[in-house]
Amino acid sequence: MTIREIMKLLDAQVLCCEDALDSEVVDAFSCDMMSDVLAFATNESLLITGLLNPQVVRTAMMLDMRCIVFVCGKIPTPEIISLARENGIVLLVTDHYMFTASGRLYATGMLRGE
Amino acid sequence: MDVFRLHFDIDGGSFASAGNASVEVKKTLRQLGVSNAVIRRCSIAMYEGEINMVIHADGGTADVEVYPDRIVMVLEDHGPGIPDVELAMKEGYSTATEQIHNMGFGAGMGLPNMKRSSDDLKIETKVGVGTKITMVVRL
Repeated sequence: MTIREIMKLLDAQVLCCEDALDSEVVDAFSCDMMSDVLAFATNESLLITGLLNPQVVRTAMMLDMRCIVFVCGKIPTPEIISLARENGIVLLVTDHYMFTASGRLYATGMLRGE
Repeated sequence: MDVFRLHFDIDGGSFASAGNASVEVKKTLRQLGVSNAVIRRCSIAMYEGEINMVIHADGGTADVEVYPDRIVMVLEDHGPGIPDVELAMKEGYSTATEQIHNMGFGAGMGLPNMKRSSDDLKIETKVGVGTKITMVVRL
């Protein structure tokens, strides 16, 4: 699935790196604890989170994730957005809760990186 | 035999900038042509270590050495030390504050993640003096 299709499915807005919206993403990990993402994520390329701080972007960078979806309509700070932009990570924001956002993606057959 | 060395001073004052050294290490390993699987393990180990130094020890130093057959990461701080290393290695055990939890860390996964991501992990620590962690990832 492309990030553009994910955006549509989650009624999301894009905050940076619009030029990468046609990148393919096949798996996702939903979590607010970055330590758990580092411990348990395998090859996921999409991070779904309600946490807003620069470490979310750095965690994604460490794991080569391409896109972060912020749930519950939480808009990251300009500092977070510019860090993601510098490193080519697409940021999306959706009003849906983490459960709903994850469920919509899971229902399409999206994997958990296994 | 050439050894590639990197040195970082980790600023303990800013949680927002924690991870900058890990980002640099990752970029350098990529430039050196290290495999993605090894880069991933080094990145996780180094990043968790860096976050730990900022959370618990007001920063410290990180030295990374790239040998033909292994990568050695040494993280040293002058923080409070770890009173019970066995307990600190248990998944879920943490002494981090609520504020750190709210930032997505302090779930008691840092040291276990570092151990899981490296082939060797050595902890030298003394209460009131500091902690030195040596991690080796084999290529």
